[in-house]
Amino acid sequence: MTSATYHAPASVAEAVGLLSANPAAKVIAGGTDLIVQTRSGRVKPSAYVDIKRIAGVSGIRAFEGGFAIGAATPCTALLEDAALCAAWPGVIEAANLIGSVQVRNRATMGGNLCNASPAADSVPALIAAGATCVVAGPGGERVVPVSAIPASPGRTSLAPGEFVVEIRLPAQPANASDAYLRAIPRTEMDIAVAGAGVALVMEGGVCKSARVSLGAVAPTVLLVEAAGAALVGTTLDDAALDAMGEAVRAACKPIDDKRGTASYRTHTAAVLARRAALIARDRAGAKA
Amino acid sequence: MSKILVSTTVNGEAQEFACDPSTSLLDALRTELHLTGTKEGCGSGDCGACTVSLDGEMVCSCLVLAAEAEGRSIGTVEGIAEGSALHPLQTRFLEHAALQCGFCTPGFLVAAKSLLEKNPDPDETEIRYWLAGNLCRCTGYDKIVRAVQHAAADLRQERTVA
Repeated sequence: MTSATYHAPASVAEAVGLLSANPAAKVIAGGTDLIVQTRSGRVKPSAYVDIKRIAGVSGIRAFEGGFAIGAATPCTALLEDAALCAAWPGVIEAANLIGSVQVRNRATMGGNLCNASPAADSVPALIAAGATCVVAGPGGERVVPVSAIPASPGRTSLAPGEFVVEIRLPAQPANASDAYLRAIPRTEMDIAVAGAGVALVMEGGVCKSARVSLGAVAPTVLLVEAAGAALVGTTLDDAALDAMGEAVRAACKPIDDKRGTASYRTHTAAVLARRAALIARDRAGAKA
Repeated sequence: MSKILVSTTVNGEAQEFACDPSTSLLDALRTELHLTGTKEGCGSGDCGACTVSLDGEMVCSCLVLAAEAEGRSIGTVEGIAEGSALHPLQTRFLEHAALQCGFCTPGFLVAAKSLLEKNPDPDETEIRYWLAGNLCRCTGYDKIVRAVQHAAADLRQERTVA
């Protein structure tokens, strides 16, 4: 075992200082990916920077009509915020499909994002929702779309010394909702073979805007603009859903692996997107 | 490599131990505090044998750094019985033969206790989903689910009487 050090900084600036001074340092929030990867030898952190003791990096607050979720907030804590669950049920269900209750009591959406797995469950839901994140670093803070963080499997676009402090979900209009579905061979404790997040704004039964995001079908989670565009101006009739499915299949660039073949993943992604779109539409209608 | 001194509360008692920065909470409990009830199965968060409570929430202690436990409150299987009086979950696990080899049992007991603290009357589906992160290769789970249902009924009864 390498001689890593452990730090529990009390401020964002202190954390940035530790990360900047030590390029092989790793941020630990829930640790459910990092500790496993360290134990297997895949990552060799020179230091653990535990961000859970920083005020404001855990917890949920109202922000500009939407929500700011601290990057170290565990997935199960999201379930306790009734307003958040009502506004973004798809994001909350995605975050709470990860692992077991034990894992979700530690795992965070910030960690799910920065682990940069193409199969991360919460990331397609966040991208469909148009979520942004606050990145702190040596140059101060910047706000970027969640979709800008994953660069390739296991790699992020974060610069040395940077870390994700907060994830922001926008204000949700009336008649709007979201959903996330994934396919796994069983019901719990597995990694997505394919996943789809859909966020819709409806008006008078017609779709005003739509965002469709896919997991586990490309090196990073995808935002498929053509799939969302296929739904806009429709009632989500069969023709519109077929067109969306076509756009989804066209965007998929999956690998064949032990979890599923490329053709199975491509087919399944479109099926999941269709089902998620209908769930999001029904949820939006139920709120009206 | 310098050791870290960690002050924590385990099963209601103040405890201090020294550990390496990379030591897991599981290893600290077993080797520093000699609380060997908590088991290591997979070491990767898949099996739940190492389940403990951390500030009231159940976690896999193999996926917690011992250093993170500073100032936190930990509950292990050793804290479930009150002295020699078994907890209803323990009694019902015995009666229902909800274990064979017993290696997974400490994790199941801690997880089931956590469930019943949050939801005194879970249905079978809720029990099975809650315990999905605890693997048992002997029982086929059915006896475990029955034991948890029976213990839940006992605890509800206790509460009514009290």
